Amino acid sequence: MIELTKENFDAEVLEAEGLVFVDFWSPKCESCMALLPDVEALAANNGGKAKFCKLDTAGNRRLAIAQKVLGLPTFVFYKDGEKIASFEKDALESGGIEQVQKKLDELA
Amino acid sequence: MAEIYDILVVGGGPGGLAAGIYGSRARLKTAILEKGRPGGQAASTMEMENYPGFYKESTGPAIMQEFANHAEHFGTAILKGVAVDVDFTGPVKKVITRSGETHEAHCVILSPGAEPRSLNIKGEGKLRGKGVSYCATCDADFFEELDVMVVGNGDAAIEEAMYLTKFAESVTVIVIHDEGILDCNKASAEKAFKNSKIKWIWSSVLDEIKGDELVESVVIKNIKTNELTEMETNGVFFFVGTVPKTEFLAGKIELTKQGYIATNDLMETNVPGVYGVGDARDKYLRQVVTAAADGAIAAVAAEKYLAEMESFREQVLDAKTPVLLAFWAPQVEESIAAIGVLESVAEKKGGAIGLAKLDTYRNKKTSATYNVEKIPTVILFNRGEIVGRIDGAFTAADVEALIGKI
Repeated sequence: MIELTKENFDAEVLEAEGLVFVDFWSPKCESCMALLPDVEALAANNGGKAKFCKLDTAGNRRLAIAQKVLGLPTFVFYKDGEKIASFEKDALESGGIEQVQKKLDELA
Repeated sequence: MAEIYDILVVGGGPGGLAAGIYGSRARLKTAILEKGRPGGQAASTMEMENYPGFYKESTGPAIMQEFANHAEHFGTAILKGVAVDVDFTGPVKKVITRSGETHEAHCVILSPGAEPRSLNIKGEGKLRGKGVSYCATCDADFFEELDVMVVGNGDAAIEEAMYLTKFAESVTVIVIHDEGILDCNKASAEKAFKNSKIKWIWSSVLDEIKGDELVESVVIKNIKTNELTEMETNGVFFFVGTVPKTEFLAGKIELTKQGYIATNDLMETNVPGVYGVGDARDKYLRQVVTAAADGAIAAVAAEKYLAEMESFREQVLDAKTPVLLAFWAPQVEESIAAIGVLESVAEKKGGAIGLAKLDTYRNKKTSATYNVEKIPTVILFNRGEIVGRIDGAFTAADVEALIGKI
């Protein structure tokens, strides 16, 4: 997975063509840490379908807020730089990674 | 076929982890089914200074990590999965996960925990993760130099409000009570009143959260005057109690009207071999220390249950000859005489009839299973099936007649 920062976010996500998945996370967020292995498996199993990225929001707070992300964990799908779908904490905790896989299959 | 655990714990919060520690130290094959990282709600509670022995620089996540290490150290397996269904109808209990796996165990300790309650006020659902939060530890650092609101005034609300002041410019707590009255513990209240970053709005509730893509403002209602005031803010944190995560248990075990698991002092549910612990249990105080205590009690109760089941199986159900099972109690003189009668009858039969004695006070579970209400009671088993029974005092002739039914 690509580690996003202030420096590469625009190039890797907003100016990128095709489908991009971004995991907004932070090491202090227990739910994020719990989901991390699932996200890594998702990325490993779906290599060709999207570009998989993650953004540690600690230190990139303004960047996250600019993307209207103000809670963790949040997963966002971008297509050609446009935000087209997102999953927030509640959905992720109750529905797990399976729904993200479904969405990915639908969008890819 | 996967292995059958002695104890399967559903949920790895402090109650489940304590059950794991006690279970595996009793050399029982113990596993904990956990959706993510162990620790439950306590793992996302940064400020934690009321667990005995931990008060210097202690945090919820750090203490919970120690709980998990402790359980694993003694051999508890921590499995990943979310329980979505259970089958407690057979002697081997089954727990089914969201990914379709079935885990089997002789005893199940349910520790599903609770989750933050939502008030479902206007805008709350739409702005979740966009300024509306239920977890300060997760989201606090987004609000550096920003203004946030806290709804609630119990222990969690006030402690988390103080945690938020490390990040936010200001933290405004909306309290439903009259000025100066908080539901939280006195130590936290005193600290909060001294904290210059915390502001208070008394006798009020939140009426609406406004914002297009992110939270922009809230509407606060004074419950005495019904006056509505709109205030700008960047975030709203809710700490208004919790609801038990027990939907998957509905119809399987007894729950209270509010959805909490009903148990007795031994943490036993209405299903033998199934226990309930922690925040999802119907009880007076929901804290890490009480969850851990619940877990210890349940694991010890489960250990006794397993021992009782095993000796019963060996002596009665799997016996090669018919077996007279006598329910007696050393305190009941009549039952001591009855044991004498049974011993003489069994002796006459040589090895053809076995005799098993059960002290009803020590084996309440088995006594309850067979609806034993009178002492003495004798039940005749043949190849694991009940042939007949006598409730209350009996003579040698009565016992002979009972044996004659085989």
